[in-house]
Amino acid sequence: MNLTATLPAVVPARPAQGYWRSVLGRLVRDKVAMFCAFMLLAIVLIAIFAPWLAPYDPAAASMLKRLQPIGTEGHLLGTDELGRDLMTRLMYGGRLSLVMGIGPVVLAFVIGSLLGVTAGFAGGMVNTSIMRTVDVFYAFPSVLLAIAISGALGAGLVNALVSLTIVFIPPIVRVAESVTTQVRSLDYVEAARASGAGNAVIIRLHVLPNVVGPIFVYATGLVSVSLILASGLSFLGLGVKPPLAEWGLMLNTLRAAIYSNPWVAALPGLMIFTVSICCNLLSDGLRQAMDVTR
Amino acid sequence: MTATPILEARQLVKRFPVKGGLLGKARSWVHAVDDVSFAIAAGESLGVVGESGCGKSTTARLLVHLLEPDAGTILLDGRPIGVTNGVPLTQARRQIQMVFQDSFASLNPRLTVEASVAFGPRVHGVSQREATERARSLLARVGLEPDRFAGRYPHELSGGQRQRVNIARALALQPRVVILDEAVSALDKSVEAQVLNLLLDLKAEFGLTYVFISHDLNVVRYMSDRVMVMYLGKIAELGPVASIYDDARHPYTRALLSAMPSMNPRRRTTQAPLAGDPPNPIDPPPGCRFKARCRHAEEVCGQGDIQLYAAGEAHRVACLMDQPRAGHSHSAKAVVP
Repeated sequence: MNLTATLPAVVPARPAQGYWRSVLGRLVRDKVAMFCAFMLLAIVLIAIFAPWLAPYDPAAASMLKRLQPIGTEGHLLGTDELGRDLMTRLMYGGRLSLVMGIGPVVLAFVIGSLLGVTAGFAGGMVNTSIMRTVDVFYAFPSVLLAIAISGALGAGLVNALVSLTIVFIPPIVRVAESVTTQVRSLDYVEAARASGAGNAVIIRLHVLPNVVGPIFVYATGLVSVSLILASGLSFLGLGVKPPLAEWGLMLNTLRAAIYSNPWVAALPGLMIFTVSICCNLLSDGLRQAMDVTR
Repeated sequence: MTATPILEARQLVKRFPVKGGLLGKARSWVHAVDDVSFAIAAGESLGVVGESGCGKSTTARLLVHLLEPDAGTILLDGRPIGVTNGVPLTQARRQIQMVFQDSFASLNPRLTVEASVAFGPRVHGVSQREATERARSLLARVGLEPDRFAGRYPHELSGGQRQRVNIARALALQPRVVILDEAVSALDKSVEAQVLNLLLDLKAEFGLTYVFISHDLNVVRYMSDRVMVMYLGKIAELGPVASIYDDARHPYTRALLSAMPSMNPRRRTTQAPLAGDPPNPIDPPPGCRFKARCRHAEEVCGQGDIQLYAAGEAHRVACLMDQPRAGHSHSAKAVVP
């Protein structure tokens, strides 16, 4: 029975559609994820182009215009406790906050995946030594760990970045290790080994493409956590120092105005919230788009 | 057999540690394959049957060197594999290929069908163009029109189509021995028949030797020249397909055969041929492994190792009842062939 001979032209040769392209296709159809992606893109662009978009200098203070409410003429979003224009500072603050939100996750993604895939693929003693070391970090709550490392290293942008990276490595290692252990025992890896392929080829062609997706989805979910932790560090005086603008730090300095001018004081928090929730929803959408049905 | 067998296993042993205790030290061992020896002639099909957990798949994985045996050797054309002066492991891997049971798990979901088939040749230094060409012609040979199927991903294929891809992948290295580990068990019956016939055609066309592992006795009978019955890591009976199916000696083989579904209502079995589950393969007691479920078991069955004994030409059975002077009450009736 040769069906293919009877329908030569009806079913044309399908162009090989890459996996990632099909994921993108499904993601584009997800309205919520697309809205979040658009929001994030807008926030990132505004932060990048803040010097050209912002109406004022972020450090220009005015004692006469302290704590103006939202909608004040010339200061659309009001002013802070030193009379600095809040919209300007939110735009500039986005730069540091986003770096603090994304930077540690990217670094931890690279280092954590490396360690986790190694542990998962090698198994045995290598796995045990890597995973038990990681478990030590797990013993501490993440906020406490970040504060402790930042405190030990001293305040500052770079140190906060380093401490947050260290905080995010263990969970990523765990996810990477568990996915790799799963994939490693699958028959296609066995089949590749049976055809004589070495470990390097097996990892590059058969393991990495199948584990990078789940790890990436998990990491995107961590961006919001990182943002909040970074804001927390700044709030405690362990991250960015004044007069630099950063959402967490702004939340800290504006808390004095929480009774007199609550709406203005809440604005940096609203930005953190918006970016976090967009990251989480985008990560959810990505996970759904990557879920290839069997 | 006078000619050198293409593949021979000599006293293969594989034990898996059972982790336990404070430091994860091996407390006891699962004897998955225990002192198994057999030889396969070129062009032959050896069927391997037995219950789940009897060591069929472990034997398969030992043969393709996905597992290292704890003891024993595997010989290809009479030369040991992976030792100095023997056959290099990469050479052996090229010549012995395997098809797995789970057609989905054995294909990388991120690779197109064509890339999966071309992977083996690429590893062995064949150029990309030539490997792709070989993959396409093999896909055509297993009944998947390359223009339609080559660019597809595994989840876009049916189970039967995926298993055809797996067969093509195994053949891509131009092996001489193909080990089929429950290769058709997951397929539905009509597809299974098509794939079985494809396997027989391919065997004739490429001059292949098959090790056909299955729990389906009808399929094994259809595919094999000789049959090896395994029970708890040991060979229970080994012989030509006709003498195993018509003149089974081992009580376990007889029980298996009587459990075979039959189209003949008069042969319908009314009672279970075997009671209970196979005993725990962890640290099995000495003697015959089957004695706990065997209705002919006597005291002698628990003493010493039961060796394979010639019960006819090319027919070997590991049962004291077929060994003269073995001390079993039935063994007096056994005749020296």
